[in-house]
Amino acid sequence: MQPITDIPRRKEEVKMKQERILMAHGSGGLMSQQLIDEIFKAAWNNELMEMLDSAILNLPAGRLAMSTDSFVITPLFFPGGDIGKLSICGTVNDLVACGAKPLYMSTAFIIEEGFPLSDLRKIAESMAVTAQEVGVKLVTGDTKVVEKGSADGIFINTTGIGIIPEGINYRPQRVKPGDKIIVTGYMGDHGLAIMAQREGLSFNTPALSDCAPLYQLGQMTSQYGQAIKCMRDPTRGGLATVLNEIARQAGVGIRVKESSIPVLEVIRGACDMLGMDPLYMANEGKMVIFTDAEKADEILAELGKLSQTQNAAIIGEVYSDPAGMVLIETELGAERILGMLEGEHVPRIC
Amino acid sequence: MSEISDYQQQLLHAIQTEKASVTLMEVCGTHTMAIAKSGIRELLPPNIKLLSGPGCPVCVTSQGDIDAVIELVRQKDIILVTFGDMMRVPGTYSSLQEERSQGADIRIAYSPLDALRVARENADKEIVFLGIGFETTAPAIAVTLEQARSEGLGNFSVFSLHKVVPPALELIFSDPDINVDGLICPGHVSVVIGVEPYEILAQKHRKPCVITGFETLDILEGIYMLLKQIKQGDAQAEIQYRRVVKREGNLVARQSIEKVFKPVAARWRGLGVIPDSGLALREEFEHMDARLKFNIPEMEEIPIKGCACGEVLTGKISPPECLLFGRACTPLKPVGPCMVSHEGSCAAYYRYTPAKGRG
Repeated sequence: MQPITDIPRRKEEVKMKQERILMAHGSGGLMSQQLIDEIFKAAWNNELMEMLDSAILNLPAGRLAMSTDSFVITPLFFPGGDIGKLSICGTVNDLVACGAKPLYMSTAFIIEEGFPLSDLRKIAESMAVTAQEVGVKLVTGDTKVVEKGSADGIFINTTGIGIIPEGINYRPQRVKPGDKIIVTGYMGDHGLAIMAQREGLSFNTPALSDCAPLYQLGQMTSQYGQAIKCMRDPTRGGLATVLNEIARQAGVGIRVKESSIPVLEVIRGACDMLGMDPLYMANEGKMVIFTDAEKADEILAELGKLSQTQNAAIIGEVYSDPAGMVLIETELGAERILGMLEGEHVPRIC
Repeated sequence: MSEISDYQQQLLHAIQTEKASVTLMEVCGTHTMAIAKSGIRELLPPNIKLLSGPGCPVCVTSQGDIDAVIELVRQKDIILVTFGDMMRVPGTYSSLQEERSQGADIRIAYSPLDALRVARENADKEIVFLGIGFETTAPAIAVTLEQARSEGLGNFSVFSLHKVVPPALELIFSDPDINVDGLICPGHVSVVIGVEPYEILAQKHRKPCVITGFETLDILEGIYMLLKQIKQGDAQAEIQYRRVVKREGNLVARQSIEKVFKPVAARWRGLGVIPDSGLALREEFEHMDARLKFNIPEMEEIPIKGCACGEVLTGKISPPECLLFGRACTPLKPVGPCMVSHEGSCAAYYRYTPAKGRG
């Protein structure tokens, strides 16, 4: 590994330019190598990253889950996280939602020419910290540089694989009338934090993204085997969209109670002001759990013991009708439809 | 918390036990949404009817005006900055969303001041802010125009589709086909204009008006106050939303509107041309009037076949009575603006009313 400052010729010039990503960093040549060594290998410090064309992995027996996600968020750094942390959490949580224990991840970067190296370093380090916390290994990666204007700073793709323990089978088709629905914490934090940051809105209590890897939740739920019917992380489209997806896929009706759904006061207030609905805002560290009714209280108590899920609540129940629909009981006791998100969720005019 | 919900239940009970047949109109789109979301409409007895009024700025924008904006974004080197709600509103042949996918530079902003930033950063482009909304958004746009003038930003202009509420209410009360016994008046607009415009309306037409807030409790209290007045034969303009609305409104905001804008006749969808109901830029600001700057003509008003947004906006029919509602016209594929806007009554009915109520 050769530090950038020791490049033999035209030392001054290279040193000056190293502050930002250049097209040459994506050339596959010496500068690409240096970028990988200096930024990614330094941050990830992973014995499995052998620089072969593929990662070679030994996997335990069992069913394999695989998930991929691309991250294109603006701003890249936001209260409660950054694109690096998000790119690990997103894929980890998708694996956890399928009942898998996350083991390995790949990552691919598309970086815009001129992107600050210091930001890239921060992102790589943030990915490393999150991956280490989860116990997932970043084993292979790719870096491409595109011309200025062809990308918005940096895009990251991560793909993860994990093993599903024996006896676990989370599927919407297993959701049946009588099952209880749990959400593992406050709804809408991530969506509002991003919007506030993007638009320069500030509140007395700052809105923080809930971006977190839910591996502990995964470990806990795996002990409940078949009692848990299905899990899904309410990212884009929020809770309302996830409930609608499950209602349709399982062919069941869902009823939730507005007053039981945990929403932070600051998020509720800001959403009211903007004409947004926290139930449609993205979350990045929450799970919706469908469970056997008789295990619901026990699972809720267990969730209460974990710091990431201590505000979990039972929000509703599954019924046979109206099939494919979600109804919400308002604080007044009226019942209305909680539909899917249509188009973009944008603030109102007045 | 429980005291609030006790009071809420008491109000609801008082409203539910009212025997007289009463038709009220909620003027503001935000009220329409809040009423649908909280389920108030479902809980009202059949003798109390709530109609939605012309208080959604996106919905009342005329078809011709939308076509004119589309004409504008097709010109070279234009960046249109707009509130997000306008993106999906269908014009006669296209929408801003479609124009953007075909290369028009259209950006969504939350504040008109963002448009000034875009103007400073893009000196080689013409930046047009799409000014839409009632007395609520007009002051911010007035301030933005003053700021642009004092900075000498030559590449900034505003396409003003602004409207003011009282002339439309006058028309609602005067129309013999619209039978409304009282108005739930908009909270945010009244923060700016105060009580006086409603006092004139209430006296002239002998109908009560109550300026109402947007929480469930506010709306129930507003309805209760209207029912009480109707029962007693009163016709006053009252403020329910006292924590926010002052009698005289917001003088600073009103002055800044007056400084920058002048009243002009404007076309409202469903209501036609209403005198003095629109806001155009005064002569001192005319060089920042996008309509004049880019020579955009008045466009012909081509009605959308089958779309009853006009009747919905005047409370003549409720959204499910439109033949397109929920069939050809849904929030995903809207035909008329009342289904597009987040404050639109069709969208509110479609989103929040259980299927049995959808007609």
